[in-house]
Amino acid sequence: MKPVILWSDALIFLLVISLALFFWRLRNDPQTRERWAEVFSSRLGMVAFTVIAAYIMVALLDSLHFRRALENPESLATEEVFYDNKVTSVFDVLTGGMGERFERTYSAPFALLSFEKENIKDADGHDIRDFPPLRHAGQHLSHPDERAGDILGKSVRALLWGLLLCALVITPQWLLLRGSRFPWLASWTTQAVILCSAVWMVSLSRHYHILGTDQGGADVLFQSLKGIRTGVLLGTLATLVMLPIAVTLGVMAGYFKGWVDDVVQYLYTTLSSIPGILLIAASVLLFQVYIDLNPDFFAVGMEKADAKFIALCFILGVTSWSTLCRLIRAETLKISQLGYVQAAHAFGVSHTRILGRHVLPNVVHIILITFVLDFSALVLAEAVLSYIGVGVDPSMGSWGNMINGARSELSREPTIWWTLTGAFFFMFVLVLAANLFSDLVRDAFDPRTSLRRASA
Amino acid sequence: MFAYIVRRLIYAIPILVGVNLLTFTLFFVVNSPDDMAASQLGDKYVTPEAIENWKQKNGYDKPLFLNPDAAGVAQLTDTIFFDKSVRLFAFDFGRSESGRDITTDVATRMWPSLAVALPTFLVGIGVNICVALMVVMFRGTRLDRGAVFVFVALMSISYLFYIIGGQFLVAKTWRLVPISGFHTEGQVWKFLILPVLVGVVAGIGAGARWYRTLFLEEANQDYVRTARAKGCSELSILFRHILPNALIPILTGVVVLIPSLFMGSLLIESFFGIPGLGSYMLDAINSQDFAIVRSMVFIGSILYIIGLLLTDISYTWADPRVRLS
Amino acid sequence: MSREQQTQPAAGTVCLRVRDLTVTLAETGEAIVKGISFELQAGKVFALVGESGSGKSVTSLAAMRLLPDALRISDGSVEVSGQDLFGLSEARMQEVRGRRVAMIFQNAMSALNPVQTVGNQVAETLRLHTRLRGTALRERVVTLFHEVGIPDPEQRFDFFPHQLSGGQQQRVMIAMALACEPDVLIADEPTTALDVTIQLQVLNLIRELTRSRQLAVLLITHDMGVVKNTADEVAVMYRGELIERASVDEFFHNPKQAYSRRLIDALPDLTRFRQAATEAPLLELEDVKVWFPIRRGLLQRVVDHTRAVDGVSLAIGRGETYALVGESGSGKSTLGRAVLNLEPIAGGEIRFQGEAIGGLGRSAMLPYRKQIQVIFQNPFSSMNPRMTVGDIIAEGMISLGLTLSPEARRERIQALLQRVQLSAEHANRYPHEFSGGQLQRIAIARALAVNPELIICDEPTSALDVSIRAEVLELLAELQREFGVSYLFITHDLSIVPGLAHKVGVMQRGKLVEQGTAEQILTAPKHPYTQALLSAVPRI
Repeated sequence: MKPVILWSDALIFLLVISLALFFWRLRNDPQTRERWAEVFSSRLGMVAFTVIAAYIMVALLDSLHFRRALENPESLATEEVFYDNKVTSVFDVLTGGMGERFERTYSAPFALLSFEKENIKDADGHDIRDFPPLRHAGQHLSHPDERAGDILGKSVRALLWGLLLCALVITPQWLLLRGSRFPWLASWTTQAVILCSAVWMVSLSRHYHILGTDQGGADVLFQSLKGIRTGVLLGTLATLVMLPIAVTLGVMAGYFKGWVDDVVQYLYTTLSSIPGILLIAASVLLFQVYIDLNPDFFAVGMEKADAKFIALCFILGVTSWSTLCRLIRAETLKISQLGYVQAAHAFGVSHTRILGRHVLPNVVHIILITFVLDFSALVLAEAVLSYIGVGVDPSMGSWGNMINGARSELSREPTIWWTLTGAFFFMFVLVLAANLFSDLVRDAFDPRTSLRRASA
Repeated sequence: MFAYIVRRLIYAIPILVGVNLLTFTLFFVVNSPDDMAASQLGDKYVTPEAIENWKQKNGYDKPLFLNPDAAGVAQLTDTIFFDKSVRLFAFDFGRSESGRDITTDVATRMWPSLAVALPTFLVGIGVNICVALMVVMFRGTRLDRGAVFVFVALMSISYLFYIIGGQFLVAKTWRLVPISGFHTEGQVWKFLILPVLVGVVAGIGAGARWYRTLFLEEANQDYVRTARAKGCSELSILFRHILPNALIPILTGVVVLIPSLFMGSLLIESFFGIPGLGSYMLDAINSQDFAIVRSMVFIGSILYIIGLLLTDISYTWADPRVRLS
Repeated sequence: MSREQQTQPAAGTVCLRVRDLTVTLAETGEAIVKGISFELQAGKVFALVGESGSGKSVTSLAAMRLLPDALRISDGSVEVSGQDLFGLSEARMQEVRGRRVAMIFQNAMSALNPVQTVGNQVAETLRLHTRLRGTALRERVVTLFHEVGIPDPEQRFDFFPHQLSGGQQQRVMIAMALACEPDVLIADEPTTALDVTIQLQVLNLIRELTRSRQLAVLLITHDMGVVKNTADEVAVMYRGELIERASVDEFFHNPKQAYSRRLIDALPDLTRFRQAATEAPLLELEDVKVWFPIRRGLLQRVVDHTRAVDGVSLAIGRGETYALVGESGSGKSTLGRAVLNLEPIAGGEIRFQGEAIGGLGRSAMLPYRKQIQVIFQNPFSSMNPRMTVGDIIAEGMISLGLTLSPEARRERIQALLQRVQLSAEHANRYPHEFSGGQLQRIAIARALAVNPELIICDEPTSALDVSIRAEVLELLAELQREFGVSYLFITHDLSIVPGLAHKVGVMQRGKLVEQGTAEQILTAPKHPYTQALLSAVPRI
């Protein structure tokens, strides 16, 4: 086994570590703590956070990549170890090989037979045209009629295992957090639901395709799950790229005013006047041209896809900083009129110190609100971009690519609905949780809404 | 007022120059014409002659900024920069990579775009304001909280789902209207109704939620309390006091979009087969026709700047406190 | 409107009776107003006095049933002519509001609908409660405008609120309230947002209308001067309870509660003044100008300047307090900022200890920053909410290079906190844990930390309640005696000047119209503007 660290893996772990450090530093600030407490004191906030955390967990597990060591054939008498050309992730292993069970083409959820007729040989060896049986579904059944009972029995067993896992995961939390003022029960319930369905999915997918298979015969549920990493990474990394640009320029414009302000305003007006989608499309296409002309840069196919992905994050970040920059500029303008900045001037405090100690800490709430708000927008944007053909690489699993591949299949009879359902469902749950969470964060951190509540 | 408009138009020039330079950098400096030719010709190992041929055919065989071979002014004008970028200011978009005249294409394709985008825009605003007003009437109750949750849920659904779902349900299952297509003669509305419906429904979540916030913000102002102290009923407070005041922020958010309606919607037009500018752009992106993309970027920027100007003017109309100078 | 309803009640009739009114927070059940009772009589002004948070505004809103959702009327009754308002349906209550009980609010600018003409806003009240329509309606509004003293009422009808001055806006509010000839008028801090000279005019108008229309007025205020000038009867509210109730004369001559005493003591004593110190000047201003450019036209050329400060000369001696008095927009705060070198000067000279400091660069100014410090008006915004009080006080010491070891610095911070009557452990707390008065003490400690010679006090007490105001002023005076520090005290309130300042300067539209010793200005003002300001100051 040989670990592989893709650029996006490194970035996402860097992001997680820096966020953790950031919150560790903030823990002393009573106002920040109070506001977070407000977010988490609502049950909805707890549920939404738990769901987001589960998605992030999957994304992180799916970002631990390695290449399997191949067993050397007997004939090759060498000590050298060869590695599989395919990159596997920890998540792939945890799902119990869900992604390795391919069929020939479409099949419906829990189906035993393929969706399309083929020429097959029947028991007597005659060529007939019928639906062939699937390779990885219901192999253990002696008769197709046993399917319903088998699914039920396996589901009950999976549920029991799931509950056992829940007990293992939740009991320590309960011991630790008993008597806390936050509604942990809501989180535990959500955790239980997620864990049970995870166990159910993994154990049933060994015998059936829960969400069927797509045109290439790949398991749809597995693809939907693989889409999580792409969605979460895109949602966070693109914002991460945007933040330094937007914050630096916004704070400088609002604080120094004069010509700095003029230049920054000019920059963001120019940028925002270009239709966003065209700018993104053009940039992505140009990067595509670059990759096509320099094919030797990347060792593994996955690295090429990853480079394209990082480029997409950069392009989305670089093209979308103007909104945040405008907000931060306005807030900084307001803050620099406030007494404490004026007082700092009167004490001869240097510009860098004023920016670092007085201005930046007081615009953090805007950054935070934008971060959570943009996250869901970016996840949704990924699907649209992939549809237009300027999204992530087709070889990289993503909800956009799934939708793109399946959109024309609704017109078939009978309708092939499962691919779209899988992609839309997993996307919807993530975006909904993120939107609900961002609403709560905004309510807690936006001074305007907190002011409104205080006056009421 | 007149001086203000003139000044704003003058200010627009550096922005357009900026847009122009940015696109030029993106299209000709980051990727040289050679790279583009190679990728257009599709083959990894194209001959240099083929590249030269392609460049000459599409007018990319000149130097970027300065042509030392030409004489006088032509040193500046006989360049790619002048040919491909400066001419845009005269609304001379030239020909696409496939040889069609872009100006004609744009002129014919903007009307179908407008036919879909304008009704979507107007009906959308109307519906969103009505929904938001109804919710605000019940502010602070369970109904209000439930509605907000529904708005957030609607917002969380992918735009693609609305389109695909709408086509599947209305056109395929119920067979009420054709799935896609567009004819200029006859019953145009048959082709327009579904895209408009999808556009409106897809916008309700975000729109109504935003308007609700605006209305609530106004509902907490002091003048609302004054109106209540006068003996106004809640309904007349909502319509006579809150609505006119909330229109001001609504206008800022909405007027800026009006000129851009000409550009149409990329997704709606491509799914419903409407021959507008949206699908024009999508086709250009897919066939990597950079001449069209460049022209559309320029047109889009101009429309956005006009939108900003209209916003400022509409402010004076809606808000007596604002006077432009 | 029928004839008989227009007849005025006889003087002294009880028009509104509040009995055992209790208002609680809907969420926690905590009482904000605790069972108070009083009655309003026709032709009399009843003043309800108290500081912010005492529950006086909540009382008035409860009487109109206009409480925000977070508050709930849990007990008591409000009767208007024998009818209990709390028993009415919402529709019937709407007929009472504006028709029988009318209300005017504190900040007229925000209490008027910004996008509706003032005429239409008054007409709306009439349209709701009378059958007047068309030209008759308009004429009635114009008559009302005339009655409340709005000039050119015919034209003003079509004005929007922002086109009127603050005083005129409040007059529109009054016209709106009086439109349907109510029996009861509730005025919630009607003059607080106005300049002193206009305050007096509006109060006089309310007083006149009370007499001429036999109105029963509930006047809510925190300002004892307003009470003295306007009210017939006074009730003091403290933490949700009525602690004292008396006629005005009785109240001012013989207050029963210690709290009432404190409120009255905050009124100025115009007999005792501080004598001007005679030392050499510490700060001299000579013909100082601060101009802001006005840009117009196509190219945004500078066509003119707003002369915020237009040629001011003054001198402050060591250990002396110079009060700079003026109304909002007079340029007094700008002048203070110019002395601090936070605003560039367009002309003139600022000398500190004989050295010119006007227009010095950032680093050249540093040595003087130690000696000139500042205290701002709003204590809540003058401290970074994300820093501890200790860090806030330490900031100046660090950046101005007071070479102290961390231990010595900590000791100094603790000593300073104790000096301003806070305790040493407050250093580790954050600003939002303190009240306005405490924060202003911290601001004083912060300024003192670098041992300044001169402190610019920019309205340091105007955001504070009356009783706390006195404490802060007293602390400032003590510190002056102890450290010999000078103050440039910027204020809009002439009434705090006696007992505080040695010298007074009066500013109007960027110019210093009159200056002299406190005694000269307050006893024998020469300039008509100073006289107008002084006539608005309440006296005992």
